[in-house]
Amino acid sequence: MSNASIIGKDGVKRYLITITVNGDPHSKVVKANNTLTDFLRDELDLTGTKKGCELGDCGSCTVLMDGKAVNSCLILAIEADGREVTTIEGIASTAEIDILQQKFIEFGALQCGYCTPGMVMSAKALLAKNPRPTELEVRQALAGNLCRCTGYVNIVKAVLSASGQEVAHD
Amino acid sequence: MYLPDFEYYAPDSVQEACKLKAEFGPRAMFFSGGTDIMHKMKIGTLAPEILISLKNLEALKKIEYVPGKGVVIGARATHNDLVNSEILHKKYMSVSEAAHQMAANQVRNIGTVGGNLINAVPSADLPPILMALDASVKLVGTKGERVIPLEELFTGVCKTCCCDDEILTEIIIPDQKMTGSTYIKFGLRRSGALAVAGVAVAVEVDKDVIKDARIVLGAVYITPKRAIESEKFLIGEKISDELLAEAGKISCTECKPISDMRGSAEYRQNLVEVLTKRALRKAIDKGHV
Ligand SMILES: Cc1cc2nc3c(=O)[nH]c(=O)nc-3n(C[C@H](O)[C@H](O)[C@H](O)COP(=O)(O)OP(=O)(O)OC[C@H]3O[C@@H](n4cnc5c(N)ncnc54)[C@H](O)[C@@H]3O)c2cc1C
Ligand code: FES
Ligand code: FES
Repeated sequence: MSNASIIGKDGVKRYLITITVNGDPHSKVVKANNTLTDFLRDELDLTGTKKGCELGDCGSCTVLMDGKAVNSCLILAIEADGREVTTIEGIASTAEIDILQQKFIEFGALQCGYCTPGMVMSAKALLAKNPRPTELEVRQALAGNLCRCTGYVNIVKAVLSASGQEVAHD
Repeated sequence: MYLPDFEYYAPDSVQEACKLKAEFGPRAMFFSGGTDIMHKMKIGTLAPEILISLKNLEALKKIEYVPGKGVVIGARATHNDLVNSEILHKKYMSVSEAAHQMAANQVRNIGTVGGNLINAVPSADLPPILMALDASVKLVGTKGERVIPLEELFTGVCKTCCCDDEILTEIIIPDQKMTGSTYIKFGLRRSGALAVAGVAVAVEVDKDVIKDARIVLGAVYITPKRAIESEKFLIGEKISDELLAEAGKISCTECKPISDMRGSAEYRQNLVEVLTKRALRKAIDKGHV
């Protein structure tokens, strides 16, 4: 069904959408051209999700939609209406950070940190589907996440270690 | 990077979507996964006034086997739906494998097979393997529906014969006599790169003789291109390395690549020769489609 809408003073239509983000439903009135990245960052102040290329190449905007890793920069907020979205802010509990976050710290899997939320979300989607991935599977799952600092080695190690596998520190 | 303003509709049925499109005409566009549309709108090469989202057409997400018809892939199935489909694993692993070579995981969760076909860029990865398997597509519009061979869908660079108010609803891969198939893509990186050239092949092999062959070249012509002469050359022949090498040589006379930032025309022609030979060998040895 098409969404309820009103026309703004500028003559542009706004639509009522509800997206469940990190467990809580958020209803907002948005323009159709609002991307999911902007919805999360500007409407909900969830600025953990980053903007890099904004064209689907770098993965820094990665979130989970209904459990699957997606580039939020390529998704219209209105297309996510009625869906469940998980961002980097939603994976830690109040008391404890997620095992992936712990392992990224332990293995020094970040430098500037800009790619990290996207990396962690891609890894999160992988481990949910495949709890003991091989190194190749980790690399394939992270192929859409570009890091301009670390050289990836420690990121791959952190993910393998988060899956409970023995990994050597260097 | 902000998108221009547009209006948005999300109809509940194919008929309703076609009616809206007929009503709005060229001001409107169908929006499936949006990976191509969003990209073009952001870089400013596309500015539709109205987007008609296909997101509520859940029935178009199915992948099923219909006896007597074949494997039917809903146009809204995402690339990862193809990668993970058990039906495809059983019947056409080569289609799953081709989808796995596309983009990266996040884009594969959004982009759809229908969008890949209708977008009709010469480097698209799904048309070659689907054409090699003799797939057809169903187009539904306000004036009725039609089923055409996929090969006839493509009419030029980013051009198809899908009419203004028509929706591509499904792709049908008929039951095969082919015994092996594969798609080999050559990109400049192992992941997230578009094809510089791609070759899909389906063969029917009986003992050591090629009974039938279909060869489809990607990224080297204005549309995906059958290498008909090369196919003819192979049919009825006994398999040998020399035979496959010669088929590669013939294939490369059947394309007409352009030079661009990903490779020169000459380089692409050489790729076609080598990839044809390799794809034939792989499809022959693999023994399944
Ligand atoms: C980062 C990135 C990497 C990519 N890598 C690859 C790659 O490796 N290989 C490759 O082949 N492609 C690649 N692509 C291109 C793109 O992802 C695919 O072409 C995708 O399949 C398009 O599908 P969509 O659903 O997103 O299309 P959309 O953007 O929704 O639509 C594309 C076009 O098709 C029309 N359309 C869509 N569905 C229908 C339908 N059912 N009926 C009628 N018209 C329809 C739309 O109106 C539009 O004109 C990449 C894109 C990005 C952003
Ligand atoms: S910002 Fe979305 S992929 Fe780069
Ligand atoms: S840590 Fe800087 S981009 Fe990855």
